[in-house]
Amino acid sequence: MNAGIADFLIWITKLSPPWQWTAYTVAALIEVVLLLTIVMLSVAVFIWMERKVAARIQDRLGPTRVGGRFGWLQSPADGLKLLCKEDIIPAGADRLLFRLAPYVSFAAAFSVFLAIPMASGWVAARLDTAVFFVLAVAGLEVFGVLLGGYSSGSKWSLYGAMREAAQVVSYEIPLGMCVVVPVLLAGTMDLVAIGDAQAGWANRWFLLHDPFTFATFWIYITCATAGVNRAPFDLPEAESELVAGFMTEYSGFRWSIFMMAEYTAMFVVAALAAILFLGGWNGPVPVARLLGLVPGPATRPYLALAMTGAANLLGLANLLVKVYVGVMFMMWLRWTLPRLRIDQVMTTCLKYCVPLASIMLAGVMLWMFFFPGGLCGWVFSWVRM
Amino acid sequence: MEAIHWHSFFFLLFALVACGGAVAVVASANIVRMAVYLVVSLSAVAGLFFLAGADFLGAMQLMVYVGGTLVLLVFGVMLTARGPLVSLHTTARQWLMALLIGGALAAVLLQTVLGVSSWSGGGQQAAMESEVMSRTATPLGLGLMGVRIDSLDPALAATGQHPAEMSGYLLAFEIISVHLLVVLIGAAYLARAKRDLREVAAEEYAATSPPDPRPPAPGP
Repeated sequence: MNAGIADFLIWITKLSPPWQWTAYTVAALIEVVLLLTIVMLSVAVFIWMERKVAARIQDRLGPTRVGGRFGWLQSPADGLKLLCKEDIIPAGADRLLFRLAPYVSFAAAFSVFLAIPMASGWVAARLDTAVFFVLAVAGLEVFGVLLGGYSSGSKWSLYGAMREAAQVVSYEIPLGMCVVVPVLLAGTMDLVAIGDAQAGWANRWFLLHDPFTFATFWIYITCATAGVNRAPFDLPEAESELVAGFMTEYSGFRWSIFMMAEYTAMFVVAALAAILFLGGWNGPVPVARLLGLVPGPATRPYLALAMTGAANLLGLANLLVKVYVGVMFMMWLRWTLPRLRIDQVMTTCLKYCVPLASIMLAGVMLWMFFFPGGLCGWVFSWVRM
Repeated sequence: MEAIHWHSFFFLLFALVACGGAVAVVASANIVRMAVYLVVSLSAVAGLFFLAGADFLGAMQLMVYVGGTLVLLVFGVMLTARGPLVSLHTTARQWLMALLIGGALAAVLLQTVLGVSSWSGGGQQAAMESEVMSRTATPLGLGLMGVRIDSLDPALAATGQHPAEMSGYLLAFEIISVHLLVVLIGAAYLARAKRDLREVAAEEYAATSPPDPRPPAPGP
């Protein structure tokens, strides 16, 4: 696949200037449109899923009528309704910042996809420090929320924004420590290389590398849930205390951009969890390898291209299934657990998540030193003795 | 039609946005808007880093400045939003001081930039010279960790200018770090309200408890 792209880029440079310009623009547009399609379609599906999951957990049916069966057209109907709503800006608001805030949030959440691989080598920009880039850019989403809360000129919004700042800045610390663990195991911050390091059967997944990584995964899930303001950590919204938190004064399409940012951020943390701990695009069974979809040195170039393409399509399906399961898990949490108090949120972060993450980090280092083969390698060697 | 130099195009774009953001920070009077313009400016600088292929530095810029420092700044403003801080008016004296310091820094930077011989049309020869003389931040970084790699250079050691036992800047670096820590603790201590907890409790009790319902005792 990469060879094909390289050939294509060389072909582009040989074009005459106006065509070269067009070719670059079209090549960039294709990537952007592909990413937007995956993300926006997923957001629509997530919103529908949220309604259905919430309904089922509360012993209801949820949407059943829009679009015939299962209410599958509920999200487009919601979108249309939101487009038609009146766009209100409060009199006491800072108009410029109020308009700017939703875009900052969504742009930060979406820019992350620049560095997130969808299959081995299928990534818009392959960075050496992709993990760090993802953490840094995903952390910018808080700025939109802060601006929205501050510029609304409403005390509910201000409370929501302050909670958001305190919560997100605190949870970034244990989140970063959890992310370091797979980086240690793979020896690189390149997400493509981290995913490829887990190729093979499910025992190669970093989740099952040793007991410490298993525990780290759950700490990561806790911190990621808090980082994207999902219940039980949704204090910035807290509809029972703060009306709608930082989104109180937003209506219509601006409100829906904030919601899109939230669901996009859920996609991001679920995809990161899948790539870092759950093998990414490698399924529990190496189907592509068993089917013989690995091109050898003697394979003809176009056949090799087709084979890697097919293997990557399987990988994309694998990754999307993991992302959807992860998002489903977060929804299940939201409709099961009660919301924490703000002091409980901070206690969870500073008294439990940070020390536990430190212990797990040290534990993984020791495990790598004493049992370099991972848990399964250790068990196998013990059985052989 | 000439080929478009995308690097130059994006460099100019990001540079303009960075400078525009910086000017807007100075021109604005509202502190939150200043913070937003600073975000724009610093993000554009991060874009310049990405353009130069320094992904790590770019991500670091976003994480430390935009995601960390400025979020804390806006957070602090929100906590103290009802004061003289919300709108700042720069006095003539402050303008003068800022111009002096900023102008001095700009002069130093300009002199350094114009002093690079390979950029002033010296051609191939100058580029090769600069390649030989190139200085990176690596010796400095290692010096902060206590290692002087220039002391390993046999030619310099022979002249006696750089004795081999020369130490790095580890001690100075550590002292500065501890100094910063002391400053942080001191600031936290000064910012704390110095009130006795028992006094506060008594005041709150006096404010919330109902007034004495009994009539004043009649005099004899």
